[in-house]
Amino acid sequence: MQLFPCPFCGPRDESEFHYGGHAGNARPDGAGMPAEGWAGYLYLRPNPKGTAREIWVHMNCGEFFVMERDTVSHTVLSVTTLGGEHAA
Amino acid sequence: MTRTYSALSLFKEGLAGQTGWQPAWRSPEPKPSYDAIVIGGGGHGLATAYYLARNHNISRVAVLEKGWIGGGNTGRNTTVVRSNYYYPESVELYGLAHRLYEGLSKDLNYNVMLSQRGMVNVCHSTAEMEVGARTVNAMQINGIDAELFSPDDVRRVAPIYNFSANARFPVFGGVWQGRAGTARHDAVAWGYARAASRLGVDIIQNCEITDFMIEGGRCRGVQTSRGAIRAERIGMAVAGHSSHLAAKAGFRLPINSYALQACVSEPVKPILDTVLSSPANGVYVSQSDKGEIVIGGGLDRIPSYAQRGNLPTLEGVIAGLLEMFPIFGQLKLMRQWAGIVDVVPDSSPIIGESPLPNLFLNCGWGTGGFKAIPAGGTLLAQLLATGKHNDISRPFDLDRFATGRLIDEAAGSGIAH
Repeated sequence: MQLFPCPFCGPRDESEFHYGGHAGNARPDGAGMPAEGWAGYLYLRPNPKGTAREIWVHMNCGEFFVMERDTVSHTVLSVTTLGGEHAA
Repeated sequence: MTRTYSALSLFKEGLAGQTGWQPAWRSPEPKPSYDAIVIGGGGHGLATAYYLARNHNISRVAVLEKGWIGGGNTGRNTTVVRSNYYYPESVELYGLAHRLYEGLSKDLNYNVMLSQRGMVNVCHSTAEMEVGARTVNAMQINGIDAELFSPDDVRRVAPIYNFSANARFPVFGGVWQGRAGTARHDAVAWGYARAASRLGVDIIQNCEITDFMIEGGRCRGVQTSRGAIRAERIGMAVAGHSSHLAAKAGFRLPINSYALQACVSEPVKPILDTVLSSPANGVYVSQSDKGEIVIGGGLDRIPSYAQRGNLPTLEGVIAGLLEMFPIFGQLKLMRQWAGIVDVVPDSSPIIGESPLPNLFLNCGWGTGGFKAIPAGGTLLAQLLATGKHNDISRPFDLDRFATGRLIDEAAGSGIAH
């Protein structure tokens, strides 16, 4: 069992967390957006091999946060609250 | 020199001291240019090269494989072949693959050990039985063999299943496909490789793509760890690494990569002669010809490119297995592994031209690529040969994510992700 650091609760079992998507996928301004643009926002993903910035939720406390993670080694590089403060 | 495999050649080689066998495929140095390049030496890539040569008479073809052929998902799956899908588009696609599998050993002159032992998806509630009846009706209307099983039918094909009164998930019946079964996964890769090589295809292993050659906005070739190789058309069949190569080509795909685990027990005497899946327990299982119990489950929950599984998912799978088959409680697990699969929002594959002209895609098969190998190869070969879709591949083009014409097999046939 891998431990993930929740910025609010500290290290917890990986099974307490749920993946929420890659970070920085901002909803586009809908006015005049062609279908391809919406497809990009809704479906296309960077899905990087290596360092990834991801949104996760710690299901026990209900807080969403940003986790930087290596998708090959599964090493956690950093966790940040959505407000932007770094946590241990 | 023995080129064709047969009972007679086996007998002759026995008399000759097994001295006439040749390597099953050539391993030539890469040439500077080809008519077509196929990236990825798994089942889909090798099948693509074979059908390019056989169906379209294009044999100046190279298959470029980063590692060794069949070393990715082709060698890591649980070998199930089936076509129990819901939507007509999927039935056309997987039905084509299933029919080609039925003739594949003869076609390739290589025994892929297809065993059509049937598969049952067990239903565990009245609601699941209603969905099962809907699936059976859809399959029958679309011309695929299917039967709705009663609890007694399930007991007939899998008497060792847990039918006890206090089972966590009682058996209400099941969905049966009698033509489903298993095939030897390595043999599928080796058979296609041998047949393609005999038609003139160059199979080049240990050849990693480092970049794409893009000239005038079109893909003109690839840079590799073994030098630059040019081609008129390039196909990509690199499940698990599709997004990674797409990034090098300058576009994104609607794919997330996840690990899918499987494991096998020590070999035991024949005890389960069908493929059995229990979605409620999150486990499916079959017995290999060697006697190993082959066990698969759902995806790991963490996006990953690590070709190994995580313990929490494995624990869940084993717990489900023991609920389904208490008799397996004393089995010893022999191996456990994982492959990286392309997970697409509608759980259907992507076949078609990529946003980079001249580069064609065969990806996004999720957890079910093995069963589709002959169809994926046939359809990508046609795209590479003609630049145009087959009617069967057209609905699976990347453009469906902009038009909204998704083929949602996650909802249709209950793929559990």
